[in-house]
Amino acid sequence: MTAADYIQAIFITLKVTVISTLLAYLLGIPLGVLLYGTDKSGIFPNAPVNKAVGFVVNIIRSIPFVILLVMTQPIAKLIVGKKIGDNAFIVYLVIAAAPFVARMIESSFREVDRGVIEAAQSMGSNNFQIITKVLIPEAKPSLIVGAAIAITTILGYTPMTYLIAGGGLGQMAIQYGLYRFDRKAMYISSLLLIVLVQIMQESLNFIAKKCDKRIRNK
Amino acid sequence: MIELVNVSKHFETTSGTVEAVNNVSLKIDKGDVFGIIGLSGAGKSTLVRCINLLERPTEGQVLFDGVDLCTLSPAQLREQRRKITMIFQSFNLLSQRTALKNVCYPMEISGVPKAKQLEKAKELLEIVGLSDRMNSYPAQLSGGQKQRVAIARALATDPQVLLCDEATSALDPNTTRSILALLKEINEKLGVTVIIITHEMKVVEQICNRVAVLDHGNVVETGLVKDVFLSPKSEIARDLILPKGGAAKNFTGGRIIRLVFDGQASSEPIVANICLECRAAVNIMGADTKDIGGKAFGQILLQLPGDEASAGRIIKYLDSKGCKYEEVNE
Repeated sequence: MTAADYIQAIFITLKVTVISTLLAYLLGIPLGVLLYGTDKSGIFPNAPVNKAVGFVVNIIRSIPFVILLVMTQPIAKLIVGKKIGDNAFIVYLVIAAAPFVARMIESSFREVDRGVIEAAQSMGSNNFQIITKVLIPEAKPSLIVGAAIAITTILGYTPMTYLIAGGGLGQMAIQYGLYRFDRKAMYISSLLLIVLVQIMQESLNFIAKKCDKRIRNK
Repeated sequence: MIELVNVSKHFETTSGTVEAVNNVSLKIDKGDVFGIIGLSGAGKSTLVRCINLLERPTEGQVLFDGVDLCTLSPAQLREQRRKITMIFQSFNLLSQRTALKNVCYPMEISGVPKAKQLEKAKELLEIVGLSDRMNSYPAQLSGGQKQRVAIARALATDPQVLLCDEATSALDPNTTRSILALLKEINEKLGVTVIIITHEMKVVEQICNRVAVLDHGNVVETGLVKDVFLSPKSEIARDLILPKGGAAKNFTGGRIIRLVFDGQASSEPIVANICLECRAAVNIMGADTKDIGGKAFGQILLQLPGDEASAGRIIKYLDSKGCKYEEVNE
């Protein structure tokens, strides 16, 4: 194992994690808004939609990731034409993470003071303005903390994804450590994963604190 | 200008229907500082939310300049809400925006150009006396300052009506006075009609010209503040007006009367005269003076002697002098 191997593995892991997280948010944000808004205390209550979306989200979230990987192979084949490789890898991670992200966003929005939303309504805001100018900015610190949890969770899923389609640090840890008894490679790649998680978690938490105007003295 | 016609608001809960507001009709004129007073749970907050339709009435009409707001489309309603703005007990400022940006918000959503927003927001913060704190975030401001920002924000769309939902209830007495003075100034200088929801009589006394007393969702009394003060008709109004909040109920012994003076009558030493003329001692249970609409009003709670003869003499004396009084201990 050369340093270049590790660097390449880090690069692949990061690429897949970041792209998957971004795409998971692309799907998760509208879902989260829908879950929050259609709730009976939300800004556009709609019980049937809320129940339907909530049901789908809960179903996907309750399927163990390894099983979800196998189940969603046809979807990856449909979208990227292959069941393996980085792109398929991203599809699995996005499907698994989007519902999780949606719940996280919903819970961040719930933290926004109901009174502030009421005030915005009393000033004549429409729902789109409430989402973009009140909910998202007011929930920003909490959304960023949520993103830290989401991205590290997705990173944590990457080695498992190797079982189906893979690359990156996860592949290294399993292939070299598990199959070839190269303990050193396993420990190094695992350590690198830990370091990556720490960096992401801490830097996003730092940004969340930095941008939160509710904290008086910084 | 604003007229509520038979407005009711009922909530369906698991434990049955809650009738928060019951068949309320009120007329609020342009330029009024109108108080709606009641105890906790009387339905005040629900009633005020029916005015800008944050709560849609179950029944009845909400007329604003003759137009029933309940019949408007969502877009039309949003337009009208810019003319009927609101401030809250908990201020409800955007915590991630500076004071200045908070005041900009209503203009931002109604498409006012950015330069104009900032100019006007600065002007408004000047009016509320906060131009030196415009770059502070809400967390860095005191309660009174937050409410001033909220007032500036509520004025940003040049409203005709300002709704105040317990706007001073979270503030200390001095801050309350200064916020009320500011509201009065806004009413007089900008001609904004102000509707104030409160549970404190002193708020009504300080700035309102008219008042409605709300009890269990019903308006039990309405009229000029000084009339309601001089001769409250409802039990609840009397409770709110009495010094020490109706503690007289707990006194035992002779009858208790509440003697009221308006600006003119307060120069006569009435209690001393009662004692001299009727040769009977009275017990002063409580007294205070109030400034209602710039005129001094006073009230004294007197306990009359236990024997009916002396008490009768005193009552006769008061009648002969044309004093306003009422018995409070039934």
